[in-house]
Amino acid sequence: MIRRLVPGAVLSALFVLAALVSYVWTPGDVTGVDIASKLQPPSPEHWLGTDHLGRDLLAMLMVGARTSIAVALVAVGIGMAAGVPLGLAAAAMRGTLLDEVIMRGNDLVFAFPSLVIAILITAIAGPGAVNAIVAIGIFNIPVFARLTRGAALALWERDFIMAARVAGKGAPRISAEHILPNVTNLLIVQGTIQFSLGILAEAALSYVGLGAQPPVPSWGRMLAEAQTLTAIAPHVALMPGLAIVLMVLGLNLLGDGLRDVLDPRLRDLRT
Amino acid sequence: MSLLSVRDLTLKIGATEILHGVSLDVAAGEIVAVTGESGSGKSMTALATMGLLPAGARASGHIRLGGTDLLTLSERDLCQFRGQAMGMVFQEPMTALNPVQRIGDQVAETLRLRGTPRAEAEARSADTLARMGLHPERIPPSRYPHELSGGQRQRVGIAMALALRPRLLIADEPTTALDVTTQAKILDLLTRIVREDDLGLLLITHDLAVVHGRADRLAVMNKGRVVETGPTARVFAEMAHPYTRALFAASRHRATLGERRTYGPLLEVRGLRQDYPLPRPHPFAKARSQTALRGIDLDIRKGERVGLVGESGCGKSTLTRAILGLEAPAKGIVTLDGARVRADRRDPALRRKMQVVFQDPYASFNPRHPVARLVAEPLHLLGPVEDRAERVAEALTSVGLDPADAHKSIHAFSGGQRQRIAIARALVTRPELVIFDEAVSALDVRVRAGILDLIAGLSRSAGLAYLFISHDLSVVRGICDRIVVMQEGEIVEDRPAEDLFAAPEHPHTRALLEAAPVLPDSAGRAKEETTCD
Repeated sequence: MIRRLVPGAVLSALFVLAALVSYVWTPGDVTGVDIASKLQPPSPEHWLGTDHLGRDLLAMLMVGARTSIAVALVAVGIGMAAGVPLGLAAAAMRGTLLDEVIMRGNDLVFAFPSLVIAILITAIAGPGAVNAIVAIGIFNIPVFARLTRGAALALWERDFIMAARVAGKGAPRISAEHILPNVTNLLIVQGTIQFSLGILAEAALSYVGLGAQPPVPSWGRMLAEAQTLTAIAPHVALMPGLAIVLMVLGLNLLGDGLRDVLDPRLRDLRT
Repeated sequence: MSLLSVRDLTLKIGATEILHGVSLDVAAGEIVAVTGESGSGKSMTALATMGLLPAGARASGHIRLGGTDLLTLSERDLCQFRGQAMGMVFQEPMTALNPVQRIGDQVAETLRLRGTPRAEAEARSADTLARMGLHPERIPPSRYPHELSGGQRQRVGIAMALALRPRLLIADEPTTALDVTTQAKILDLLTRIVREDDLGLLLITHDLAVVHGRADRLAVMNKGRVVETGPTARVFAEMAHPYTRALFAASRHRATLGERRTYGPLLEVRGLRQDYPLPRPHPFAKARSQTALRGIDLDIRKGERVGLVGESGCGKSTLTRAILGLEAPAKGIVTLDGARVRADRRDPALRRKMQVVFQDPYASFNPRHPVARLVAEPLHLLGPVEDRAERVAEALTSVGLDPADAHKSIHAFSGGQRQRIAIARALVTRPELVIFDEAVSALDVRVRAGILDLIAGLSRSAGLAYLFISHDLSVVRGICDRIVVMQEGEIVEDRPAEDLFAAPEHPHTRALLEAAPVLPDSAGRAKEETTCD
C-alpha cells in the first residue's frame, strides 16, 4: 500500500509545488525570446536546456504545470459537481423514468469519442484554456454519475438505509447524510484517476492547438513545437514528454495507493 | 485407534494465541460435534485440520490423520491430503460454489485434479450427485448453482467434498444458512453417509439442538479451549463445566413475557398482495411476475406480541416492507392506529409510531456516525426536540447500556450491544409497534437470551406491541402471545402461541415443528443458570 501511495504522493506533490513556485520564481523568462541561446542542451545555467526560441525549458515546464493542473482540476470539479448529484438522484429514484433519463443521457455522452467532441467544442467556441476545461469537464460527468449510482445502489439495500427510511427520512436527506459520506472514498480515488486523464486530455488538446493559447506555456504545445526538432535537439521534446508521463504516473500511483488505504474491504484483507 | 487425532493444538495469529492446547479425536464412522459461541475457536480448529489457516497463523502441536502428522507436511503434500483424505463442507452453499460452472463439472473437477480421465470423472460425479439426492432425471449435472435451492446447493457442496471418497469429512456450520426443514434433510444425509461409508465427521455447529441426537461425541469450546468433551448423551446429562450449563440454559431460555394485555386495534393489514416482475427471456416475451404475497390479512392489537414464522422466500420480508411503508403493495391496505400507511407519502406522525430492528447488527448502522447520532436518527420525526440528549440517554438506559457511551463509535460495540443500540434507536420515538425482523438470528445463544429478556421486559414495562419475525419456531415460542405461520405468500395458521405449539393444525406448521431440532427436556434443568451478554 505504502509502496504506491508514497511515490505517487511525492511525484504529484512535486509537480504541484513546481506550479506554485512558478508564481514567485522561475529559473528563466518564459515569454522573452533569446535566439542566441536557442536549443541549448541541459547545463548549469539552463538545467533542462532551452527551446528553439531560447526559453528556459524548466521555467516553461513549471509554468506549463500551472495550466495542466488548473485545467484538469477544474474539469474534475465540473465532473464531480454535476455527476455526483446526478448519480445520487438516479440511485434514489432507481427504476423510475428519472433514473432512465439520467443514465441514458450518460450513455449518450459516453458514446461520443471524448477528444473529438472536445475538438468540436473548441472549434465552435474558439480555442483556449476555459473551453478545454468545459470540454474535458463534460466528459467527466458520466464517469462520476455512474460510479456514484453504482455504489449508492448497493448502499440503498443496506439495513442502515432501511433504518433511516423507517426513521422517516426522505431520499434527498438520506442521500446527503448516509449515501454520500459512504461513497466519498471511491470518489476521491476516481477523482485522482480523472485528474490524470485530464492532464492527458489537456496535453492532447494543446498539442493540436486547441488548448491554452500562446504565449501561455503548455506541455502539449511544447511537445508540438519540439516535434520538428527531435533530430537536432531531442531534449526539447523529451522534457515535456517526461513531465506528462511522470505526472500521470504519479497521479495513478496516488489513486491506487489511496484506494488501498481508503477501501475498508481491502484494509480488512491485509490485517 | 482413531482416524483423526488432534493433540495440544495451539494456534497463534501474530502475537495473539487463538487456540490453547486443543485436543480431540474422531474415529471412523463417528460424528464428533464441536460447539461453542463465535470466537470460541471451533472454526479455527477445523481450518487448522484442513491446513487452510489464514496468512500469518502458526500452529503447533499434532494433527494426525491415519498416522500422518498434518502439521509437518508441506503445502504441496497437504494438497494431496485435502480432498483425497479429508473433505470440507462450508456454511454458505452459494459462495462455496462457482456460479458460472455446472454442478456436475464442479464435482468432476476435484476428480480430474487427481488425474481421473474425463469420462470416468463425469460418471463418478453424476453418481456422487445422485447419491446426495440430486437424481439426474430431476436435477441433471448440467444445472448451474443459481438454478438450485439452498439445500440442493449444499448437497452439491457435500458431493464435492465426498467425490474423492475421503475418510474424514469436516462440516463447518453446514446447515446454519438453511431452513429448518432443509436442515433436517441435510443432517439426515450426512448421518447416512457417515454410517454407510464409515467416514469420520467433524461437525462444527453453534446450535446445541443440532448436536443432540446426531453427534456421537461432543466437544464444547470456549475461548480457544475445549472445556468439556465426551459422549453426547453423557455431556448433556452431566454438564460438568459451568460454560456448558450456561450454553445449554441459554439455548432453551424462555423470556418471562408477563400477562397478555391488549387494548384496541393497532395495525390492520387487509388483502395485501405483492408481485415482482421477472426478467423477460427476450424483449417481445410477455411480462411475467412472481407473487410474493397472496392476499394477507393480519391484525395486531395495542400491546399485543405477535410472532411471524416462515421459511426463506415465504414473503416475510415483503410483508415487513409493506407494513413499514417502504414499498407500495400491488393491492391491499395497511392501517396503523386508524391512519393509512402509504409508501409514496411521508407522514411523520404515523412513522413515529412504528419502528424496526433488523437482523444484522453490523449492517444496521452507518459506520461513520457516533452512537448518539445513530440513536437520535428517528427523532426528527417529532419535529424540533429540545431534550434530544435526554431522550437518547433514556433509550440507551432502557436497553441496558450506559448513556455515557453515546459519544463512542459503533465499532466499539459487540454484536449483542449493537443489537441493543438498534433497539434503543427503535424506542427513541416511543413507538407503539416495533417490528423485530430476525432480530436475534445472528446472535450467539447467550447474547440472544439477553436480548429476548430485554424485549420481554420492554413489553412488560411499556406495553409495547411488536411483530417478531423469525424463521425459527423455537425462538418465537415464549416471546409471543400469538403466532402467525406463513408459507408461499399466504398465512396458513394464526393462533395463540400455546395452542399452536400444543396442537398445530396446518401441515406446514407441523412440518416446521417436527423438523426443528430440539434439546432434551430433562438434562441440565436443575442446574440452569442466569444468562447475560
